[in-house]
Amino acid sequence: MAKTLDKVDVVTVGVGWTGGIIAAECAKAGMKVRGLERGKERSTADFAMIHDEYRYAQRYELMQDLSKETVTFRNHRKMRALPMRQMGSFLLGEGLGGSGTHWNGMTYRFLPYDFEIKSETEKKYGKNKLSSDYLLQDWGVTYDEMEPYFDTFEKTLGLSGEDTNPFWGKRSSDFPTPPLKKTPILKKFETATKDLGFHPYMVPSANLSEAYENPDGSKLNACQYCGFCERFGCEYGAKASPEVTVVPAAMKTGNYDVTFNANVVEVLKQGDKTTGVRYIDTITGEEFIQPADVVVLTSYMLNNAKLLMVSDIGEQYDPDTGKGTLGKNYCYQLGPGSIGFFDEQMNTFMGAGALGMTIDDFNGDSFDHANLDFIHGSSISIVQGGNRPIGSNPISEDIPLWGAEFKKASIENYTRTLSVFGQGASMPHKENFLSLDSTYKDKYGVPLMQLTYNFTEQDRNLHKFITQKTVDIMENMGAKKTLGGGPLGDYDIVPYQSTHNTGGTTMGNDPNTSVVNTYMQHWDMENLFVVSAGNFAHNSGYNPTATVGALAYRTAEGIQKYRKQGGSLV
Amino acid sequence: MADSKKGVSRRDFLKTSGIAAGTLVGGGIIGGLVGYNVKKDGPATTTEDSHAAGDTNVNRGLMFFQNRHDFDVLSQATERIFPEDDLGPGAIGLGVPFFIDNQLAGNYGSNSKEYMQGPFFPGAPTQGYQSILTRSEIFLQGVHVMESEAKSRFDKSFTDIEPEQMDEILTDLQKDEIEMRGVTAGFFFKLLRSATIEGAYSDPLYNGNVNMEGWKMKGFPGHQMSYLNVIEEEKFQKIEPKSLSSMQH
Repeated sequence: MAKTLDKVDVVTVGVGWTGGIIAAECAKAGMKVRGLERGKERSTADFAMIHDEYRYAQRYELMQDLSKETVTFRNHRKMRALPMRQMGSFLLGEGLGGSGTHWNGMTYRFLPYDFEIKSETEKKYGKNKLSSDYLLQDWGVTYDEMEPYFDTFEKTLGLSGEDTNPFWGKRSSDFPTPPLKKTPILKKFETATKDLGFHPYMVPSANLSEAYENPDGSKLNACQYCGFCERFGCEYGAKASPEVTVVPAAMKTGNYDVTFNANVVEVLKQGDKTTGVRYIDTITGEEFIQPADVVVLTSYMLNNAKLLMVSDIGEQYDPDTGKGTLGKNYCYQLGPGSIGFFDEQMNTFMGAGALGMTIDDFNGDSFDHANLDFIHGSSISIVQGGNRPIGSNPISEDIPLWGAEFKKASIENYTRTLSVFGQGASMPHKENFLSLDSTYKDKYGVPLMQLTYNFTEQDRNLHKFITQKTVDIMENMGAKKTLGGGPLGDYDIVPYQSTHNTGGTTMGNDPNTSVVNTYMQHWDMENLFVVSAGNFAHNSGYNPTATVGALAYRTAEGIQKYRKQGGSLV
Repeated sequence: MADSKKGVSRRDFLKTSGIAAGTLVGGGIIGGLVGYNVKKDGPATTTEDSHAAGDTNVNRGLMFFQNRHDFDVLSQATERIFPEDDLGPGAIGLGVPFFIDNQLAGNYGSNSKEYMQGPFFPGAPTQGYQSILTRSEIFLQGVHVMESEAKSRFDKSFTDIEPEQMDEILTDLQKDEIEMRGVTAGFFFKLLRSATIEGAYSDPLYNGNVNMEGWKMKGFPGHQMSYLNVIEEEKFQKIEPKSLSSMQH
């Protein structure tokens, strides 16, 4: 029998960026908040020996233990879905801070176009720019409505950047800290893109350029450019992460605690309200019921959707009828790019996760699509993240993958190769969706999330167009040889691509096309909030974290309103 | 000894040193090879260096392979993937075979962080690892397959065939043209290749990348606290590498 615990005002499922933000804001407002985190506690002190590529980057030390839970995958409905048995295409987080601990720190606000993509696209290009198989929809909020939340999140992070990009929405205040250092590698990109008439700017970075104290009183240090960001925690506390910002801010109030090793398996309900959650203590196997006035799902988007599905909350999307919203609009991201081989040796092993420059001249609707066979686009960047020797063995196409020639070329090229890459936007398609797997289960007997996904025509066209732009830039940077990526094939879950999975629990102002309203409040259950990149109606040409953080601040405001007035917030 | 490389093919060296015959025990030969490999540009390997990775390294040994010959087959295969050359040591000199052996004995080899529940189906290439076998089972079978291929093609042990003959077998594995059970040869080859690269460049604490020679060849300085003062330098920075062992004292 499950043991029932004392009720709290707010319980969050997962303690990463979204769980931490909800906790800090609600605890500051006087609510009793409990975070349930299925992983371990961890802090900066655990990262002293983090410069270990094998352990953290190759063997995924900080990430989800797939032996307990994974997802199943198929490219299309006629294929048998099989488990993702080892980590690859995307890296699921686990433990305090979640993916927010091992992220790179690139923190872009989505474009004004993103929030009103359907209306804006139809206004400019007519209703048939994309076929009706693409489930384009507006997000229900505008950029201007989201601006204050972006601003708050950036101040929490101490975001380092420069406001010189003509394609961004208007900012109410400048970046909290100046941009990172502009290295010789970045300058090559800057010169080449300016020469082509583009508008390069420093990537907004959560690896901070200088020491900073945020409005909650959390202190962050200056980045040392050590080259170990993505897949690693920061041993300096110089990368804004939940465990050095919002989590301690919540703790300081005395209104917050976190239960670790608590794997939530069900959202409990009575009538049209949730009463709390059921979780399993992963150490003892005991079951607990945590009652709460407000339940907030704050885990990764895949797990948020899964919890709604196994708890039978909302209507599962059916690609045959188009009915149902849960699991719909799953999107990903594209990786067009090119590599360039240079004569001179460069300090490619130094860097920081978000040390880079970007252009948005081909992102969003910054450029005319009237004569193009796709919408949206891609940021195009160079990033000096710190190339590591196991992960970085660049060779040209005429070199074999092993043997004497491979060894020589990969060693030669390690410090003589740069890449220019895009993060291509991803549009929702009726055949790309999330559902529950009927065969495979997790360690606790709960069905695995099933992912049905493939790249579409829109993706292939966008990918081809952006790849050529990256080649043009690389050639202009002076590479003696440039190789553009090949045409986009079928989506393959094996090689790492991006941990920017989105959709499945979309937000919007119409319950027929979205799972939650614009405060991330569930349409069918007023005291249940669901916040993650799952709320995105499509994925933009940027990293998602700024937008996820902003949505979490808006959710926290919604919860406070709900505590006062009850009922639907819209 | 630095000069002995000239006029002596790698193959001859291996034969003379006995590694090809599979007659060696312990880590002695590896220490010898490290010495042989690393000192081309520098002073002769000192006794101390040999001790660091050689005969007296009582911390080194086989945790996974039970049969020394299996280990020698693995060693030769990794050396073909990442051979010794004028830049520096190959996989054997870097201790890669020990790295792989040790990893196969632990979490990596037993797939402790991978989803290994059935049912198992072959799946499409886009669905990735679908074998019922763990990595340690795949490696052991792969080593046996390399040996039996050498026997049937050349009537010799894998450790006694010519480098070009080894490459022929490795290429056929890579191209999936050799039969394996419960896993494809191509998948085994991918694992073997990536484990070899991992062993060449991981922190030396994992028993590969001996004396950080892999990093030195590549120009990677390992564990450095900060590049704050040099990040804006135009000039390439040659930095003496440091390993995580420096954190222990």
